[in-house]
Amino acid sequence: MKQLVAFPQLGNYFNPIRKLITNTTHLKVIEMPKITKETIALGSKNSPDTVCVPFKYNIGNFIEALNKGATVLFQAGGGCRYRYYAEVQETILKDLGYNFTMYQIGEKDHVKFNDLYKIMLKLNPYLTRKKLIKEILNTLLYIYYLDKLDIYIRKRVGFEKNKNSFKKIKDDFIEKANKENSIIKLTRLYQKAKKELRKVKIDKPKEPLKVGIIGELYTSMEPFSNYELEKLLASFNIEIKRFTNLSYLLWQKKLMEWYMKLKIKKYCKYTLGADGLDNVYRVRWLKKHKYDGIIHIKPTGCTPEIGAMPIIMNIAKDLNMPIIFLSFDEQTGIEGLNTRIEAFYDLLKIKKEEENGSKSRN
Amino acid sequence: MEASLGIDIGSISTKGVILDNDNNILASTYLWTEGNPIKAVKKVLKDLERQIDKDVKVTSVGTTGSARKLIGTMLGATSIKNEITAHAIGTLSKYPNIKTILEIGGQDSKIILLDNGIVTDYAMNTLCAAGTGSFLSSQAKRLGLNVEDFGKIALTSKNPTNIAARCTVFAESDLVHKIQMGYKRNDIIAGLCYSVASNYLNNVGKGKKIEGPIIFQGGVSKNIGVKKAFEDLLHEDIIVDENGHLMGAIGSAILARKTGIKKEFNFKVKDANFETSGIECKGCPNHCEIIVVKKDDKILDSWGNRCDKGALKVKEQ
Repeated sequence: MKQLVAFPQLGNYFNPIRKLITNTTHLKVIEMPKITKETIALGSKNSPDTVCVPFKYNIGNFIEALNKGATVLFQAGGGCRYRYYAEVQETILKDLGYNFTMYQIGEKDHVKFNDLYKIMLKLNPYLTRKKLIKEILNTLLYIYYLDKLDIYIRKRVGFEKNKNSFKKIKDDFIEKANKENSIIKLTRLYQKAKKELRKVKIDKPKEPLKVGIIGELYTSMEPFSNYELEKLLASFNIEIKRFTNLSYLLWQKKLMEWYMKLKIKKYCKYTLGADGLDNVYRVRWLKKHKYDGIIHIKPTGCTPEIGAMPIIMNIAKDLNMPIIFLSFDEQTGIEGLNTRIEAFYDLLKIKKEEENGSKSRN
Repeated sequence: MEASLGIDIGSISTKGVILDNDNNILASTYLWTEGNPIKAVKKVLKDLERQIDKDVKVTSVGTTGSARKLIGTMLGATSIKNEITAHAIGTLSKYPNIKTILEIGGQDSKIILLDNGIVTDYAMNTLCAAGTGSFLSSQAKRLGLNVEDFGKIALTSKNPTNIAARCTVFAESDLVHKIQMGYKRNDIIAGLCYSVASNYLNNVGKGKKIEGPIIFQGGVSKNIGVKKAFEDLLHEDIIVDENGHLMGAIGSAILARKTGIKKEFNFKVKDANFETSGIECKGCPNHCEIIVVKKDDKILDSWGNRCDKGALKVKEQ
């Protein structure tokens, strides 16, 4: 019987990861359905009640995949409770009667090449190191380009004249990049997509409202889990900056850590687990780059972020930076979020008008 | 004479005001929503129409509160705003120097901090109804009292009982325990008022710099016991306005006028037949719940779908 591979959904990253797995193991990856209410309903039903919500989304994804016939599951891990996800989820799913093999990548907080090679060798005994290195580089580049496009889009999507014009270009890029195996051609695709993005007509004022999104990584990266917060902000004509993406988590974070620690040593001396320290640093960064406000998001009960929140409150107060804290869980009512974001928007807008007014008066 | 109408439809009560262009209240009303916002608004309109003179022309309409979108659609409102902004604007119209607004309503509580007439920070309770009006009224029922009498009884206590303020569930079991232990009734009631106030300050007001002048609003502000508890805990005088419950409605009327859009409002709307229905879109496994509002069998508006497929579904209906 041929093996079928599956892994949890996370934004658009399904595509590069699938490419890596199919190119190295020649196994089929299940076309995962997008996360829906059904996914989270399945997840919450089969998870411990108090666990953080990404765990429930992952379980929901796995069950949907197993029902489609998956036999090999991949899970990552590291940083916080995430480290235990694979083990606990494997037990839960086995207890439900599913038959599969689970592989965890990066259980010791960072991915070692040799560990990854050993896992992939189990799935494809003929895989050479050279081939794996090539495919990893290819995937990392794909992820990097995707993130770059996203960063570009986030700055402008709130002002596009024709709805979905940015999304179309990105979807087009993903579709073509999935088929492309050479690094040079992938780069060309990226450059072409970027050129097209520049051509999209936007109606952007000189000084738009700018908001930074900080917080926990899963709720930042998976739009369903934050009720499409970025889309909501874009509908208010706000320029968005989001820090967390896979490029950041995979290599940039490690390079920046000493620098971030140095810059905020007044506020914290130690790392706080997961992205706690990073988020404290980001408040300072956003203030320095003249952003108007900050939205901090996390799943209910996210320990590293709860530890970071009082520090974030302090630094935000010292820098006079408006900030709101949002917690996401499995409930799907969106009205509460709308009210809070709308009020935050009013706050930022009036504050900005007042500041500009007093500037022109002086 | 031109006037503007503001309606605040909360989970428990519905408030409506008609203001002239100098923010004088021409008419006001306050009644229970009773789980039927459309019916409640029709009643509000009837009551308001009765109070105003014939020559008053309502030219702008604003809605706020949790049913603002539904009612805004129904009335063709020019401004549909969240309750935080509406409360801030409404309060500032009467108290331009106010620095802190404490608000405790039926289901939610919020704090709004202002500086020079600008909202600088706010917070709303999340996930939990602890320390809101519904907690007080359910405890009143347990003690066999009217919640309206709570405040007066609380003031007679010299030694309020200490009741856990962390969470409604703990507070409730603590309360039952203290009753059975034989604590005096008025002490227990005063203790409850303190627990609402300190719960609010620990949760919603956490980490916020609360400065005077402070105003206390929302349904619970009518309870003098809670007001006194706040004064003792914050060591500041607290203003409770007689129209405190109307501030959201006043704010939304002002916001509607400020939009500059003028559209004459006809009170006959209250006689039209409004119907709402929820459709579950079967386009994908997400099953978005789409709300459709119909006026005399014609679709006014719909919302709740996350993609374009849902919109088509509504048209088919």
